[in-house]
Amino acid sequence: MPILAKTGNEAMAEAMRQINPDVVAAYPITPATEVVMIFSGFVADGLVDTEFVAVESEHSAMSACVGAAAAGCRVMTGTSSQGLQLMSEILPIASALRQPIVLCEVNRALSGPINIHCDHSDTMAVRDFGWIQIFSENAQEAYDNILQLIKITENESVRLPGMATTDGFIISHCMEKIEALDDNEVKEYLGEHKKMNSVLDLDKPVTLGALDLQDYYFEHKMPIIEAMKNSKDVILKVAKDFAKRYGREYGLIEEYKLADAEIALVALGSTCGTARVVIDELREKGVKAGLLKIRVFRPFPAEEIVKALSKVKAAAIMDRSDMYSNQGGPLFSELRSAMYEAKDKPLLTNYVYGLGGREISLEDIQKIFAEQKEAAASGKVKQLIQHFGVRE
Amino acid sequence: MKKNMGYKELMHGDALPAGTAAEFQTGDWRSERPVFHKDKCINCYFCWIYCPDSAIILDEEKKVVGIDYRYCKGCGICNTECPTKPDKRAITMEPERK
Ligand code: SF4
Ligand code: SF4
Repeated sequence: MPILAKTGNEAMAEAMRQINPDVVAAYPITPATEVVMIFSGFVADGLVDTEFVAVESEHSAMSACVGAAAAGCRVMTGTSSQGLQLMSEILPIASALRQPIVLCEVNRALSGPINIHCDHSDTMAVRDFGWIQIFSENAQEAYDNILQLIKITENESVRLPGMATTDGFIISHCMEKIEALDDNEVKEYLGEHKKMNSVLDLDKPVTLGALDLQDYYFEHKMPIIEAMKNSKDVILKVAKDFAKRYGREYGLIEEYKLADAEIALVALGSTCGTARVVIDELREKGVKAGLLKIRVFRPFPAEEIVKALSKVKAAAIMDRSDMYSNQGGPLFSELRSAMYEAKDKPLLTNYVYGLGGREISLEDIQKIFAEQKEAAASGKVKQLIQHFGVRE
Repeated sequence: MKKNMGYKELMHGDALPAGTAAEFQTGDWRSERPVFHKDKCINCYFCWIYCPDSAIILDEEKKVVGIDYRYCKGCGICNTECPTKPDKRAITMEPERK
C-alpha cells in the first residue's frame, strides 16, 4: 500500500485514475477544478482508457454522464457549488434511470454573494434528488469514499448515483498523508462494471426515460425510494468488506468518545477533525465530551443517530448551511425530526456556522462545548438555533 | 404490455421494453388529415423520414403507398416537407370534420 502526500483533490483524482472509468464528462469549477484537470492529464498521458468528454457546461456534463451510463459505461464526474446547481436538472433523472454515476463533489458556498470557499449549501441543495451523499473528513476518507461509492452505487439492490464530498479548500487544497491502494488492488476490489438495461443492448432493446403520467409516474418513484432504503445495508456491507481488506473502518456514522459522553457535537466533514482535538483536551480535564460524525447524509441514518445520542444530555448540531426555513440547517431539521419518537434524547442546539468558508476554530468549538455543558447542567437550551460566528 | 402493473412488477430503472409506442394509437388526436395522392408522388421518402409517428406506409417494394391513420396525428409535417408542391402536391391536408 503506497503512502502518498495528496491534497483532497489529488486524492480524488488518484482514485479516479485507479478506477479507470469508461467515461468522464466534466466542466471545471473552483475548488473542484483540479479533480478533473489532474484526471484529464492522466487521459492525455495514456494512463487510463477513459473517454474524456470536455463539455461546455455542467448541465451537459451530467447529461453526457447519464447517456454514457445508460449505454452501460462506468461513469464519473466532479463539480462544486454553481456547477452542481447547473447539473441539478439532470441529477434526479440520473437517479430515476438508476444510473450508478459517481460524482466527486467539493463543497463550496452557493452564490450569491459569489464566494469560492467551503460551506455545505451546494450539496444540501441537491439532497432530495435520489443521490447517495457521503461526506469526507480528510483526504484519506475522500479517497476511500470514492472507491466505496463505486461498489455501493453499482450494487444491484441500489443502482443509484452517488456523490462523495470534501470541504472546499480545507480538504480539497490541503496536503495530507494518505494510504492508497495498489492499482491492481483497486482493479480487483471493484471488479467488472455490470451493465443493466443498456440502451445499446440490441438483443434486449429497451426504452429509457419515456413520458410517464398519472398512470405510472408514482410506481416509477417507488423503486428509487426502496433503493435508497436498501442502500443503508449495502453501505455498511461495503464498509465492512473494505475494513477487512484494507483495515480502515467506516459506517453510516462514526462515534468518537461518545459512549459515555454527556455532551456531544454532531457534524459533517472537516469540522469533525477540529472537534476531535477539542474533545481530547476536554477529556483530559475530565469533561465527558464526544463527537458524532455523520458520514452518510443520504440515506439519512436516523435510527443510528437516535441510538448514538440516547445517553447524551446536550448536543450541538453543526450545520454548515442554512435553508431559510426558520428551522435551522438541514442536518438539524432532519435530526430533530428523527428524535420525535425517541424516549431518551439530548437537549438540542443548532449551530449554523462557517458559511462562505468562515473559519471554525478550536476556540469556537470549545465555546460551543461550554454552552452544551451549561445546557446539560441547567436542563435548558439558551437559544434553539444560533448563527454562530456572524457579526451583528 | 400488462396494464396497471404494481411497482414491484416494473422493469428496473424506469426502462420499458422497446417498441411500446405501437400499442398507443395517437390517430384520434387528429383535427386535419393528410391525404396521399399516389399519382403525384416521386417516392423521395421525405415524408417517411420526417413523420414523427412512423405513420407513412411503405409497400414491399419500399414505395410510399399511404398514411397509417391509426397513428397519424395530423401534424402536417409530411405535407410541409413534400417537395412536389405547389402544383402537384402528393400530400394534401384536409379537415377531419367539414
Ligand atoms: S400528418 Fe404528421 S403524423 Fe400524420 S403522416 Fe404526416 S407527418 Fe406523420
Ligand atoms: S414527400 Fe411527397 S413526394 Fe416524397 S415520398 Fe412523400 S408523398 Fe411522395
